[in-house]
Amino acid sequence: MNNVQLNAMMDVLCPMHVLLEKDGTISHAGPTVQKICPPDRLVGSSFFDLFAVKRPKGIRNIEALRRRAGSKLHISLRDDPDSDLKAVLVPYDIDNGKVVINLSFGISILDGVRTYALSNADFAATDLAIEMLYLIEAKSAAMDASRQLNLRLQGAKIAAEEQAFTDTLTGLKNRRALDHVLTRLVSTQASFAVMQIDLDFFKAVNDTFGHAAGDHVLQAVAQIMVEETRNADTVARVGGDEFTLILPNVGSEQMLLSIGDRLIERLENPIKFQGNPCNISASIGTVWIQEGHMLDAKDILADADMALYQSKNAGRSRQTLFQKTDIVAPSIWAD
Amino acid sequence: MHGLINRSVQNYVTDTFGHDVWGQVTGSADLGFTDFEAMMTYEDDVTTRVIDALSLVTSRPRHDLLEDIGTYLVSTPKLEGVRRLLRFGGVTFEEFLLSLDDLPDRARLAVSDLDLPELEMDERASGCFELLCRSAVSGFGYVFVGMLRVIADDYGALVLLDHETGNDGVEKVFITLVDKDFAQGRQFDLGARVG
Repeated sequence: MNNVQLNAMMDVLCPMHVLLEKDGTISHAGPTVQKICPPDRLVGSSFFDLFAVKRPKGIRNIEALRRRAGSKLHISLRDDPDSDLKAVLVPYDIDNGKVVINLSFGISILDGVRTYALSNADFAATDLAIEMLYLIEAKSAAMDASRQLNLRLQGAKIAAEEQAFTDTLTGLKNRRALDHVLTRLVSTQASFAVMQIDLDFFKAVNDTFGHAAGDHVLQAVAQIMVEETRNADTVARVGGDEFTLILPNVGSEQMLLSIGDRLIERLENPIKFQGNPCNISASIGTVWIQEGHMLDAKDILADADMALYQSKNAGRSRQTLFQKTDIVAPSIWAD
Repeated sequence: MHGLINRSVQNYVTDTFGHDVWGQVTGSADLGFTDFEAMMTYEDDVTTRVIDALSLVTSRPRHDLLEDIGTYLVSTPKLEGVRRLLRFGGVTFEEFLLSLDDLPDRARLAVSDLDLPELEMDERASGCFELLCRSAVSGFGYVFVGMLRVIADDYGALVLLDHETGNDGVEKVFITLVDKDFAQGRQFDLGARVG
């Protein structure tokens, strides 16, 4: 086989190869190498003028390179030090010291194709480069579709959770949300207060003006409760006309009582529905839990219920603060 | 069929006929939902029901619509990726045609549960090809008719296409390559960034 035949064969089988003379001068370069190197400087130049061996380290001349025949080399272009090509050297004319070096983009194939605007024809027909590019593109598209699905599912999950913790009529938290908050506060043994609130005379509103009026009143009550509490407080509707407030970081008994007073005062303002004044009030039972307590959620709610019961028994429209000592006395602050 | 296919059909309908028509189609097909998820799979008959409903709502024959869907798949800028992935099949149109045999396998490489109709490509005589298509959705061969028309254009090839459904339900698409260098064709940039 003469040189012309050899070059023609190599150009098809390994379009990214160079042939070197004994002294390392390039005698022929495959068509794809001509695309990634300045073609006019290729033939006749020393291999080391155009390429640098990155790994193994310390290979700076053709003799050192020749000793690495058959093993994998990492090579960069002098014009583009960031480039990373894979290469292998094979002697093809041992008597005259001639070698062939075949190059490949390896994992940096996509960068290579983009930087040098390569096409299918620049790769050997048996090269998996095109399949690799196909896979990169197909997998990216599939991942993108999956990511979008995940984002939508995440959004739907948040919306579903939001709904599950919300009382749909009033937009307040529901009993599930309340249990959640209460469990958390109990487990940290923090100081907080629980206020059980029952609306008084609500049944009369329903009976007199109908359920639409009742719903309207509940929404107005919810609005007032939200306005009279802080952002960190939890306002929940736990039954038809039963509400529970959880107030963390309560400074004093006086602060609790003034919240109760304000609530009762505002709820006693008639709520208008289609021109009719709906008159209600509220009975409140409050329990203030001190830091480091050893109570469970059930006990806390039972204590608040007991205080609420006292308010109702004492004639409604008032609040009672649960006292640890034996008998609970209705407070005199309301009314 | 896979959500990617169903979702493409949905995109075709909303882009071509509008959201109202899509609403009528999902209602008429009794889907129970209005949006296909691209990365989920659906029963084969869901796709059939959608195509039937679309034909009913738009008063257009099924094969017409299916061919249109094929055209849409490879020509809408929104799905540029599909055209590109197909172009990876070959440098010339003939090479591309012969790569269709591998299309279902290639698709599975990308999305493992994406089952495309079974395809078999035969070169009958020089320039005469026959594509066999076995699909759970009858008339799916027309989708390939629409696709091939656009892709041939893409390669700059002039082709004649014909469709036939056998008694066994297997569809055949006949491709006659009249002139493989009829026009310039579109450039295929291997490393293009697809949005």
